[in-house]
Amino acid sequence: MKTKNVMIVGVGGQGSLLASRLLGRLLIDEGFDVKVSEVHGMSQRGGSVVTYVRFGDKVYSPLIDEGEAGYIVSFELLEAARWLKYLAPGGKIVTNTQRISPMPVITGAMSYPADLAAKLAALGADIDAFDALSAAEAAGSAKAVNIALMGRLSRYFEFPDDAWERALEAVVPAKFLELNKRAFTVGKQT
Amino acid sequence: MKELMLGNNAVARGLYEAGLSIASSYPGTPSTEITEVIATYDEVYSEWAPNEKVAMEVALGASIAGRRSFCGMKHVGLNVAADPLFTASYTGVNAGMVIAVADDPGMHSSQNEQDSRHYAIAAKLPMLEPSDSSECYAMAKYAFELSEEFDAPVLLRVCTRVAHSQSVVETGEREVPPIVPYEKNIAKYVMMPGNAKRRHPIVEERTRKLVALAEASSLNRVEWGGTKVGIIASGTAYQYVKEVCGDDVSVLKLGIVNPLPEKLIRGFASKVEKLIVVEELDPIIETHVRALGIAVTGKELFPLDDEFTQRLIARKLAYPVPDGKAIEENVPARPPVMCAGCPHRGMFYTLVKNGATVLGDIGCYTLGAAAPLFAMDTTICMGASVSGLHGFNHAPGNEKAAKAVAVIGDSTFMHSGVTGLINIAYNGGASTVIILDNSITGMTGHQQNPTTGLNIKGDPAGKIDLEALCRAVGIGRVRVVDPYDLAASELAVREELAANEPSVIISRRPCALLKTVKHKKPLSIDAEKCVSCKACMKIGCPAISIDDGKITIDATLCVGCGVCTQLCKFGAVYGEDKA
Repeated sequence: MKTKNVMIVGVGGQGSLLASRLLGRLLIDEGFDVKVSEVHGMSQRGGSVVTYVRFGDKVYSPLIDEGEAGYIVSFELLEAARWLKYLAPGGKIVTNTQRISPMPVITGAMSYPADLAAKLAALGADIDAFDALSAAEAAGSAKAVNIALMGRLSRYFEFPDDAWERALEAVVPAKFLELNKRAFTVGKQT
Repeated sequence: MKELMLGNNAVARGLYEAGLSIASSYPGTPSTEITEVIATYDEVYSEWAPNEKVAMEVALGASIAGRRSFCGMKHVGLNVAADPLFTASYTGVNAGMVIAVADDPGMHSSQNEQDSRHYAIAAKLPMLEPSDSSECYAMAKYAFELSEEFDAPVLLRVCTRVAHSQSVVETGEREVPPIVPYEKNIAKYVMMPGNAKRRHPIVEERTRKLVALAEASSLNRVEWGGTKVGIIASGTAYQYVKEVCGDDVSVLKLGIVNPLPEKLIRGFASKVEKLIVVEELDPIIETHVRALGIAVTGKELFPLDDEFTQRLIARKLAYPVPDGKAIEENVPARPPVMCAGCPHRGMFYTLVKNGATVLGDIGCYTLGAAAPLFAMDTTICMGASVSGLHGFNHAPGNEKAAKAVAVIGDSTFMHSGVTGLINIAYNGGASTVIILDNSITGMTGHQQNPTTGLNIKGDPAGKIDLEALCRAVGIGRVRVVDPYDLAASELAVREELAANEPSVIISRRPCALLKTVKHKKPLSIDAEKCVSCKACMKIGCPAISIDDGKITIDATLCVGCGVCTQLCKFGAVYGEDKA
């Protein structure tokens, strides 16, 4: 099997590390060779963060490069636009519609681009934009937005629900497990 | 058991299974998790040391005492620990000693892009370089054997993409070797000239034996494929080459990156038509191959800077690369910023307002140099703010000296700021040093340090009293301010800059991200009072933004620190006390 690539992009502090660990866990349980590349340190302070998840029979590079990502999961709309060129032809974007202003927008030096989801679709991206923040809030906490997004992503994979559930149990601390299971389900079903 | 593991976690696991007994490190991205994971193993004594030099000396002491020891650091940390490193090479070890050094090609979180392999060459020590987590695990384990067999500390080099990538590891059980009895051996461990002179030839002989090991070790292996092109690579560069070229080429994969083999390379080169070295950063393997008189392509093709990717390798080796579609619109950059409620913000605002020249240091607060505050003039290395300020202020004719300060975090001050402060106290002047005490080591992800009163496991520990320390070294003027209080901060900065003697301001307020910090309710903008003068936006708080000319505060980010409230002349920022 050719290596498959999932990019998880967002803003430092949104919980993309946990999302990538959930996916990594699921994939290893399903018997794939898996590599997950994370970014720590300086760029986590509210900066643009990207995590790579790759799986297949044998995975070499931990990175995903331009035009290689079969899936981009974006925690924030502008980040989906920023990383668009990493999407493979025919690739899928699953994005939160939440907008978080970066510093140039906050200071008024630039404006937040309008109608991004439509613009991405116009460029040929197969885009599923949904309000993951509301889904997480409906499940009990805005902090579960990462897992709500993974629930949404699960629509596009053929792994059974109980496999995702086992992976959740493995990576989420017990006291947040029920919340995250709900967020996963709401994300998948809304 | 098969697990998906971060490279750093795998290093920790390998060390643990090999019977690691004592670990001492200073945090630094991308090395930090190794020691954090070690700290979860109760059988191992672990600690955060104040700096890497101390950590390495602790590890060497433990090795001499007869227990397998470890210290870990980022690449620039090895500069700090270089002094013990070079002489530990002469003394050798008693029980095994492993030094992990994490390089950061691409500078994800570093101030330079130095290549640690130079240290292995210069200190004449063996260096291993894993290319994924399973090799991290296996090499960490093997490093102790190697250390004991060759009587040398062993360097384990990881780079960001290995340290911070997860891949599959199959773990085993811990086995602790018995203590190696310490026997007094002045000729081996007392490095005065007469003894060191006798140790140096032993070091050279050791290198000869290590070269023989490098010729035969399974860590250096040839993966035969097509023979038109042969590639020598190690670490992540090996992964990128395999990703792009598969079996089109033959690969000599080096796991021992110092010393390098000779016969193995000659044999490999003789069987391929064209030899290429693919290595990130400096041309170390390439230079070695050239010195053997072998024709090779290296840095004329591949860059000396930045990290590699499969796309770069593919382009350089004339493989097709996929192209993605970019959005035409200018996408605003999203640089890292100081968090909402960051205690450093109030002090930086105060310094900018007072026209200070700010000699900065290494930590979260380096972000004070970013827009819109631009509140920093220099950042060099750990501690350079304090000692640099002393030089800056003593430069004859420097008119900026009257308003120059150093800013340094609590952990960085403990690491190497205090020696600069001793220099100021000793040699005099009127320098003002500001310790940004946020009660934690922030940037690397909240590690304890000597000022926090807690150890690596979060248990109560010795607590260095910063005020007492500064006074004890001879600083007469030491005062503490709360950086959330802008008036008090400004008064402190003005008075201490005006004082005709050295002074220290401790700007104290715990990091807003600490779980123990209680946040106030988020603040709001009273639209009737707000005139959109943007005074509150001068501080670059990510919670405050302007949309359609209207200022808003993001309630999910705001922690109610109240710094912006103090900037508003119209009373438009209100908290829960609003009637």
